[in-house]
Amino acid sequence: MSGLTFLIPIALAMGLIGLAAFFWAMRSGQYEDMDGAANRILIDEEDEL
Amino acid sequence: MNAIGRLDAEPKALVDTPLIAPGIRCAGCIGKIERELPKVKGVTSARVNLSAKRVLVRHDAQVSEVDLVEAMRGIGFEAQPVASGLTSDDAETKTLLRALAVAGFGMMNIMLLSVSVWSGAGGATREMFHWLSAVIAVPVIAYAGRPFFRSAARSLRAGRTNMDVPISIGVTLATCLSLYETLTWGTEAYFDGAVMLLFFLLAGRALDAAMRSRTRAEIGALLSRMGRSASVLQPDGSAHRVAAEQIEPGMLMLLAAGEALAADGVVELGKGAIDNAMLTGESAPERVGPGDPVYAGTINLTGPLQVRVTAAAGDTTLAHIAQLMDEAGLSRSRYVRIADRVSGLYAPVVHTMAALAFAGWMLAGAGWHQSLVIAIAVLIITCPCAMGLAVPAAQVVAAGALGKRGLLVKDGGALERLSEVDIALFDKTGTLTLGEPRPDLSTLTNEEKSVALALAQVSRHPLSRGLTAGLLAEGVMPAPVTGITEVPGSGVSGSLGGEPVALEAVPTSGSRLACALVLGDKHCTIEFRDELRPDVSETLTAFTAMGIECRIISGDRMEAVAAMAARLGIPGTGGISPEAKLAMLEGLKTEGRHPLMVGDGLNDGPALAAAHASIAPGSASDLSQQAADAVSVGERLMPVALAVRAARRTMGIVRQNFGIAVLYNLCAVPLAIMGEVTPLIAAIAMSASSLIVIGNSLRLARAAR
Repeated sequence: MSGLTFLIPIALAMGLIGLAAFFWAMRSGQYEDMDGAANRILIDEEDEL
Repeated sequence: MNAIGRLDAEPKALVDTPLIAPGIRCAGCIGKIERELPKVKGVTSARVNLSAKRVLVRHDAQVSEVDLVEAMRGIGFEAQPVASGLTSDDAETKTLLRALAVAGFGMMNIMLLSVSVWSGAGGATREMFHWLSAVIAVPVIAYAGRPFFRSAARSLRAGRTNMDVPISIGVTLATCLSLYETLTWGTEAYFDGAVMLLFFLLAGRALDAAMRSRTRAEIGALLSRMGRSASVLQPDGSAHRVAAEQIEPGMLMLLAAGEALAADGVVELGKGAIDNAMLTGESAPERVGPGDPVYAGTINLTGPLQVRVTAAAGDTTLAHIAQLMDEAGLSRSRYVRIADRVSGLYAPVVHTMAALAFAGWMLAGAGWHQSLVIAIAVLIITCPCAMGLAVPAAQVVAAGALGKRGLLVKDGGALERLSEVDIALFDKTGTLTLGEPRPDLSTLTNEEKSVALALAQVSRHPLSRGLTAGLLAEGVMPAPVTGITEVPGSGVSGSLGGEPVALEAVPTSGSRLACALVLGDKHCTIEFRDELRPDVSETLTAFTAMGIECRIISGDRMEAVAAMAARLGIPGTGGISPEAKLAMLEGLKTEGRHPLMVGDGLNDGPALAAAHASIAPGSASDLSQQAADAVSVGERLMPVALAVRAARRTMGIVRQNFGIAVLYNLCAVPLAIMGEVTPLIAAIAMSASSLIVIGNSLRLARAAR
């Protein structure tokens, strides 16, 4: 039973970290252009030369 | 580029300008724009958003929007500045996504605690877990429930009920009861049920909102070019830009080539051609000279014009038609969506049942605490979890399937109305036909074709563009023509190996369009036709098979319409004004019919807004696309028929989903009234019914085939 005193806070903290990460990702505009992100890996950087 | 050597010492103010460029399709386009645009003088950086088909350009304040559009054209992309008011749709989706994330977090953690309570944790552990659940659930519900509470409050204040009223009451009561149980060290808390309910419902709402904002982004990318400002000539001879709203009659506008008019006016100086496609969907440019009227929303194709403003802002022809459309669209906004119709029946029934359960148990002598617990259990178990998902899940899946086939549906309500149509009215030009001139290339030799391509590809004239597209589709390569010059209104000329070549305008009569190709002393005429869309007859057959009557109503000449109607075997009426179209639709509606209007031109705008449901082709004028429920992209007409078929199947699935939800209630409610529902049973029943409804809706992924 004493394990619960560690495990529950850890579970909650992990959940909160996930939630915070999602909020951060949304605020920093990572969901603004899902199609673009998928396509950008296909751009050849060498072309810039 | 003459940027070298111009090193201004003063710091420049950088501004961001969003541009819409519908032509952005792939990684190559992103790379090209982000690489080439910063090479333009004054542009610092460019960032492409592929989903929204937008480019955010960071540049010096001196660089104007017109320059940026010109720069984009230089690298091969049609672009327009973003009209204001198109960017606010995302906010709602974001709020819902945040609430969904919070509800998901709460649901997972509370479930973790609940599962151990269900599997037998007792005494102090259970009480601690209830307290922990309460600590997590109360803020989560307060945050994630806001969209529902707000909407329920708004609807109650207006004296109506919607789905959010029973949801809000159920969630609030469940939370209060669970808090009471926790405070009194009781055995049963429903925090898990309440949070799970919110999670599932938010998932439905977020899907619905995401569908709307994605379609709006796509349609926003199609919308274009309405002049938002004009260069106005001052009495002292200088010119500066004035926003469209501030233009007044009597001002003199300077109109550069490629610029859209921001107000109605009369040409004072200069000759040129005006592209009316934005207003009418017509492809042929109209020649204008001094004294000719020109209208807001049209584009000056050729040399500079000076236009004396006759009507501006809200008085332009464009604004009048927009107003007519607004009024015509009022009846549509009164349409009650199926979810709200169902909840109108559902909420009173559920609330009566809960009240009866409470009264029954009180009479049976169960004591007010137990009676209240049972009444709240009835509310929780009947809370429209599956109902909240029944409609959006099906509509989102169907809209996604239609989107892949080239039909963008604006919102779920549009699908509901599309499923009810029983008569389809088609405009002719641009709807049944392609609305763009296609050249007849069969008479040309290969050499003539390559010369024609070399000449046509430099011009922005609609006939030249049609010719270029036709020739490129045949795989023709341009001939090495040199010294190409374009004389607005007469044609393009150049020389090929010393021999003069030209593409000349030919005076034509009626609706025939043609141009002449000159090779040395040889003349040949290229005829253009506005052809029927390739699958018109299949589409009409599909409509007939669905029991939908088809008609043509067009503003075109009676004879032209009659000829096409006879060819397609459906009734047709020609020479109809926008007002007459509107009256015809109102007449059909008073007969109790549900007309579907398919049209593209501005003259169809009011009819599109007034019809029970409406679809506009992607080539339609801006206003028509805005008025229509759905926009069909591409050359084919079949998506229109597919849309109706898919809408009917969607509503079939929605009804099935409601059936499932009712069936679930028939099983669960007696249990709840008997007082047999524990939090475990409530959780299982709610998630099972939601998953079944989602699974049933996914069958629509193939609806558009």
